[in-house]
Amino acid sequence: MSDKDANQCKRQFLVAATTVAGGVAAGAAGVPFVASMLPSERAKAAGAPVEVDLSTLAPGERITVEWRGKPVWIVRRTKEMLESIKANDGNVSDPDSNKPMQPAYAKNEMRAIKDEYLVVVGICTHLGCSPVGKFAKQAEAFDSNWQGGFYCPCHGSLFDLAGRVYKNRPAPDNLVVPPHKYLSDTRIVIGEDTKGA
Amino acid sequence: MAASPKEPVQFTGAGPLNAPISGVLTWVDQRFPLMSLWRDHLSQYYAPKNFNFWYFFGSLAMLVLVIQIVTGIFLVMHYKPSAAEAFASVEYIMRDVPAGWFIRYMHSTGASAFFIVVYLHMFRGLMYGSYRQPRELIWIFGMLIYLCLMAEAFFGYLLPWGQMSFWGAQVIVNLFDALPLIGPDLSTWIRGDFVISDATLNRFFAFHVIAIPLALLGLVAAHIMALHEVGSNNPDGVEIKKHKDADGKPLDGIPFHPYYTVKDIVGVVVFLFLFFAVVFYAPEMGGYFLEYNNFIPADPLKTPPHIAPVWYFTPYYSILRAITEDFMLVLAIGVAAYVVLIWLTVRDAKVKMAAAAIGLVVIVLMKGGPLALEAKVWGVAMMGAATLIFFLLPWLDRSPVKSIRYKGSLFRTALTIFVITFIVLGYYGVQVVTPVGTVISQIGTLVYFAFFLLMPWYSVMDKTRPEPDRVTM
Repeated sequence: MSDKDANQCKRQFLVAATTVAGGVAAGAAGVPFVASMLPSERAKAAGAPVEVDLSTLAPGERITVEWRGKPVWIVRRTKEMLESIKANDGNVSDPDSNKPMQPAYAKNEMRAIKDEYLVVVGICTHLGCSPVGKFAKQAEAFDSNWQGGFYCPCHGSLFDLAGRVYKNRPAPDNLVVPPHKYLSDTRIVIGEDTKGA
Repeated sequence: MAASPKEPVQFTGAGPLNAPISGVLTWVDQRFPLMSLWRDHLSQYYAPKNFNFWYFFGSLAMLVLVIQIVTGIFLVMHYKPSAAEAFASVEYIMRDVPAGWFIRYMHSTGASAFFIVVYLHMFRGLMYGSYRQPRELIWIFGMLIYLCLMAEAFFGYLLPWGQMSFWGAQVIVNLFDALPLIGPDLSTWIRGDFVISDATLNRFFAFHVIAIPLALLGLVAAHIMALHEVGSNNPDGVEIKKHKDADGKPLDGIPFHPYYTVKDIVGVVVFLFLFFAVVFYAPEMGGYFLEYNNFIPADPLKTPPHIAPVWYFTPYYSILRAITEDFMLVLAIGVAAYVVLIWLTVRDAKVKMAAAAIGLVVIVLMKGGPLALEAKVWGVAMMGAATLIFFLLPWLDRSPVKSIRYKGSLFRTALTIFVITFIVLGYYGVQVVTPVGTVISQIGTLVYFAFFLLMPWYSVMDKTRPEPDRVTM
């Protein structure tokens, strides 16, 4: 009897130990498969900084450059545009850019190093669509008192000309200002900045 | 046969030598349960004799699955899953591959047909209470099939690498970005890159042609095995197994083969008429089956002016868009009202406490100042909940009868409103965002969830009529 009990106990221990060991092995076997879906070395290497010449950009116009596979917009803002941004503080949800959607040197009313040039990643902070530029100050279907800015066609988020998100829209945050720095008055590099600037 | 009569025939006396066909069958049967499978699932599977029009859609769903697998295999022979070549290879299939356009249009029309058939199949289940005890697992397997189908459609839609492919995938993968803490890493892991790219296309291809179809086939098998274990429901929602003849066969049952195989063939013929009418004359279906923007190659720098998912996702897409910051207060009030309802009507103290605790956490996460999650997170959560809530149906419906034939006006009204809401949400999901559309989608979202969450109350309050003892024709 006691012999049988002892065997029973041993059997249970062996079953439990095998189950645990097998489970660990099965879990460990999943690691390489999960890891294989992470960005490859090639994908990681594709993020080099981009240099842009702004001398041909006319006031009120925008250019789009590609950085890390994403569109980066550079808008040369006119005086009227800058004024419409100042007048727009009441419509946007984070007028002072308190959320860290920009480097410290762009945490100001115009969200830029130089007021004249807006540099933002053109990806809506909602679900990653690329908003459309609607720079004209005129009544639009989505806002009868439109001050000019960006309209996201996917889910109706609105951003002003400083990339600040309008209240009560699906997007929670302002557009991201990428790290950037000026090499000269009209040349900037995106993806690189001066430390401590 | 030239075999010598002396040759020993093992296992069987009536071997292949005597009667060729029955001999072969016997030979196989002693090694594989061929005849018993045939009997259990076809010739002696007794289905209620009162099946009506709505019972076509299960077998039609299987037909569409076969169409998708067969056309899919032949498309893979010509398609190239790389960002550089995908778009061109689809155009190559359309223009240069003999009958390529035909196979591709069957596949693209099949995707929409699959959802039409499955939505009607699910509506049948809602009408006749096919999800009720003892068929809960059939319903759950069915819902898992539906989720797989949505995943399959989503992964497949990236493959043509058009503008809608690209931006649709961008939006859906970014949904995961909304999850707290792990979100950004998770979406990078899904994409295999920081943007939708070649790596993403390649893995979506693997999911679309291998992983999901395998899961789908397994689930379809489980769905049918569970169905044949408990037996089919019917438009009266009564159990035919209660009345059996001397041989133990249900009095109201008829063998699936030949009766329903023949009936289903009629359904198949009508379905194929409609299906090929679309394939030949309207494969794009006015932009609903194949969106016009998808005839433009993917451009990561330019979102199309209007993004809408394919029609079968639009009700959920509407719910996603409906959740804005100012709507959170309405949602929080809705949750509070629901907790009050439970508190007032449920006797079990544990249920009351649990409801209050869960309600409090949800309200804090919705409107609790610094603890609140963003409206975006809730949009994603509500969209997920809208699909997952179907799983709870067997336990939400507490009516004493199964079928809508014997349920009262409350349930009928609720189901009618639900169907209208589903269609209205679907309509607004393809439209450009407008203030009016947003308000209607928000109301629709509330109605959608109310249909499920209030069911334990209205299904009990409903004035039902007594079920018949036997099925009616």
